[in-house]
Order: sequence, then structure tokens, then C-alpha cells
Amino acid sequence: MSADIGLTPNVEITAEARPGAGFVLKAWAWIWPKALAILLVLSVWQVVVWSGWRPTYVLPSPAETLQTLWQMLGTERFWSALQTTLLRAVMGFALALVIGTAIGVLVARITPLRLAVGSLITGLQTMPSIAWFPFAILLFGLNEQAILFVVVLGAAPSIANGVISGIDNIPPSFMRLGHVLGAGTVSLYRNIALPAAMPGYVAGLTQGWAFAWRSLMAGELLVIIAEKPSLGASLEFARQFSKAPLLLATMLVILILGMLVDGLFSSFARRMRGRRGLTVT
Amino acid sequence: MSQSVLTNDGIHVTQPPDDTTSILRIRNVSKVFGHGSDATVALQDVSLDVAAGEFLSIVGASGCGKSTLLNIIAGLDEPTSGTIDVDVNVAFMFQEATLLPWLTAQQNVELALKLRGMAKRARRDRAAELLETVRLAGWGDKRPHELSGGMRQRVALARCLAQDARIVLMDEPLGALDAMTRDHLHDEIEGLTESQGLTVIFVTHNMREAIRLGDRVVLMGSLPGRIVYEEDIPLTHPRVMDSPDVATRAASLTARLKGQGHTHVG
Repeated sequence: MSADIGLTPNVEITAEARPGAGFVLKAWAWIWPKALAILLVLSVWQVVVWSGWRPTYVLPSPAETLQTLWQMLGTERFWSALQTTLLRAVMGFALALVIGTAIGVLVARITPLRLAVGSLITGLQTMPSIAWFPFAILLFGLNEQAILFVVVLGAAPSIANGVISGIDNIPPSFMRLGHVLGAGTVSLYRNIALPAAMPGYVAGLTQGWAFAWRSLMAGELLVIIAEKPSLGASLEFARQFSKAPLLLATMLVILILGMLVDGLFSSFARRMRGRRGLTVT
Repeated sequence: MSQSVLTNDGIHVTQPPDDTTSILRIRNVSKVFGHGSDATVALQDVSLDVAAGEFLSIVGASGCGKSTLLNIIAGLDEPTSGTIDVDVNVAFMFQEATLLPWLTAQQNVELALKLRGMAKRARRDRAAELLETVRLAGWGDKRPHELSGGMRQRVALARCLAQDARIVLMDEPLGALDAMTRDHLHDEIEGLTESQGLTVIFVTHNMREAIRLGDRVVLMGSLPGRIVYEEDIPLTHPRVMDSPDVATRAASLTARLKGQGHTHVG
């Protein structure tokens, strides 16, 4: 009887039998699309440079830019700028995480609050964060607080919305099950509601990160603090002194950082969805 | 067990067995949803006694309040009036297996044990044992989406057993399965309830299924939801869903339910 008809599971045949070979294959599968994309961008860029559309002192070639990037990586100033920017990103995102999560939980659980604040959160999300900067600079001056303020305002609404949609999308049957299994309020939340709300929450965090990173770059361009190099400030200086290769090299760093962190978030989200059978891979 | 008698208006009613043998006593339970002109009577004056070890099938058209009745027995909902008297743990098996997708089969069973306060090591052993009981030994590491519909319901069955309940409520648990898998699970459920000494209240809209499994079949009419008839099923086990015995009874019971003005019964 145990051999039910049609009950054969999807047995996964992976390369895990030979871990070494499996890792190389996996890494290759991960790398080649990205390598191809980079190659494509570099070729288009090179073709535009060759066309002579703009002089090379405003549009340098990929080779020159990459060379500048390499030199830049050897300067202390770059690493100090990178450190400042990353620290601001982490602090801003962490603060947005705490505030956004708290607001999200309150709004999702308290109906009058949801009626009052729900649409406001979505409204805030659509507001370009750069529009906050003049006000932030008036409030705090040209300093770290102004940047942090706008980064948090940029990221927190997305995170709050993620929490709300995560909680809204908990299947009612899971909560019924929790009651049937005799879970108390705390253990119902810990064992059922919280994990059930995770996909929405992680989606909110991913979006929140993208907004935080954008807001931070806008902030670093506008709020330049003396003797405090940052990636955004580097862009502004490179433009002022017409150092096109440096400008492009810094942009590359910003792009790669943003992609790396987004990649971390989405690979986490993908694995979580895969474990729950929410994606066909 | 209960006893059917013919009253003077020609309707079979079951005499409630004396209270010492019944494990669940439902007295004059009514449930009204909404207020005023919007009010819907989901259950009207339902009284039912279930004996320990009995397998009770409830059949009725959709909207007859079967699910509401189960919810009230499970304590998920309060009756508007009437009393429920149940002195043992109640487990619930839903139409969907309702396994938590972020847990493996084993962890889903363990959760029921965890919520009962069982220690970590003990629940691992016990959950593995229960999966073996439902013939899923070796499948514990699979996640719900990697299992077939029938296997998922068996995990749900193992989870019911993990609750250590004496009464298991089953709300059309096999409705979404193909006929072959369903037949297998009939055997399984019958064997398990027998060996574990469980009392089962099995809700279905399939008359033959109700007769295949039930010691007694209760018919419910809708609008308002109420018990219209009940009958003991003295057929010997094992029963086969497509046997003439089952079919004949199903036809007569279906006719009786139709006589109540409800035609959409499978």
C-alpha cells in the first residue's frame, strides 16, 4: 500500500554527489551570464568611443577607465570614501529596518491606524527622496544627520509596506491551524505568523535597500562634508575637475556595490521561495 | 452505540446513548451569523451524541453548516446558543493538508508536539515514529511541495495523531484527491482510527464515502443547517466504496436528502 500510485516525489539529481565538480559548475553557471553582460556593455561603450561622438576627455574609453579604477583602488582616499559611504548605508538601512518594521507591524495590526496611515506610507514611498534634501539640510544643516534622515525616509516606507503585505498575505488557514494545535498568542506569532509573513517582508527589505542606496547617493552629491570623502562626493569632485575617467570609475564602483547587495537579498529571497515551493527552478 | 427508532411521523431519530459512553455531547446548538435582516442561521438546534471509538460521517450539501459545526466542536467558533460538552483533546484535519511550507514533513509533525510542550529530542523521535505510522518513513526531510497530495494528507494525519487527541474532526480531507489515492487513504484512516482507538467525525459531500467509512451517517439539510436524518451502517468491514451494498444504501440516503429539497449532493 505504501507505494501509492502517482506519489513519486521530485527526486533532485544534483551534482552534489561530487562536491568539488559541483561547485565549479555552479560557480560557472553563476558567472557566465554576468561576464557576458559586462562584455556586452564594454563593447557598446568602446564602439561609442570609437565613433568619435564625444571627445575622449569627457567620454574616456573602457580601457582608460578600468586603468583609472585600478589606480583608484590603490589610494587611501578611495578606501576611506568607500568606508564612509558603506557605514552610512548600513546605519541608514539598519535604522530604516527598525523604524519600518515597527511601523509596519503597528499599521497591520491596528485598524484605525491602518486607515489613517496606510495610504500615507504608500504616498511617502512614491515621493522621490531627493525632494527631501532641501528640507533636511534646513533642519539639520550640511551634516551626517541630514543624509541619515533622508536615507531612512527613503527606505522605511518600503520596509513597512513589506511587513504589511507579508502579514496580510498570511493564509487564514495557517492561523486556524495554529489555534487547533493549541498555540498561545506568542507561540502563534513565533511559529506561524512570523515565518508565514517572511516572503513579503524580504521583498520589502530588498526594495528598501534599493531606495536607501539611491537616497544615499543623492545625499552624498548634495551634502558634501569637508574632509570627509565619500563615493558621492568623489563623483562631484571628478565632475568639477573634469576627471572623466575617475568619474566613470567611481560610477562603476557604485553600480557594482548596489548589484552585490541586491544580489545577496535576491538570492536569499530566491532560496526562501524555493524551499517553500513558490518558484519553479 | 446509538439506536434508531421509528417515530409516529415516520422519521428515524436516534436515541441519544446514555452519557457515560459518549465522548462528545452536543445539545441544541444554534449558530447565527450577522444581525437583523442580514442574519443567516447556519445551524439550527443541532443535537448529537458521539460515542467513544465511533466513526461518524456527516453528509450534506454545501451551506448546510457542516464546517461551522466542526469549527464549534474544535473551539474555533462559539455557538450562538446551546452547549458543547467534550472532555478530551480535539484534532482537526482540513480539506487542504495545511502543512506549513517553510517546514519539512518531519518539522510539521514536530510543531504539533512542540506546541504541546514536548522536549526537543523526544519530539524528533516521536515525529519520526508517527511518520512511520502513516507509512511515510524516510520522507521526513521533504518539504510539502515535494510531496503528492495524498502524502501531504498523510503528513496532516500524522500531525493529528501528534496532538494526542481522542477525537479527530475531518472536514472533507480527501475531497481534492484522485479516486485511487482516496481509496488508499480510506484504508489508512480506517486502520489508524481502529488501532489508535480514535473517535472520528468525518464530513463529506460524498454519500458513498460516508457509508464506506461510517459506523453511522448523519444527514444535514441546509438553510437553515440542521440534522434531518441519521442511520447506523451495520455493513461488515472491510467495505468497498463501489460495492452494491454501499451503492444501494447511498442511493436511498441520497434520495432521503433530496426529499429535503436539496439536490446538489455528490
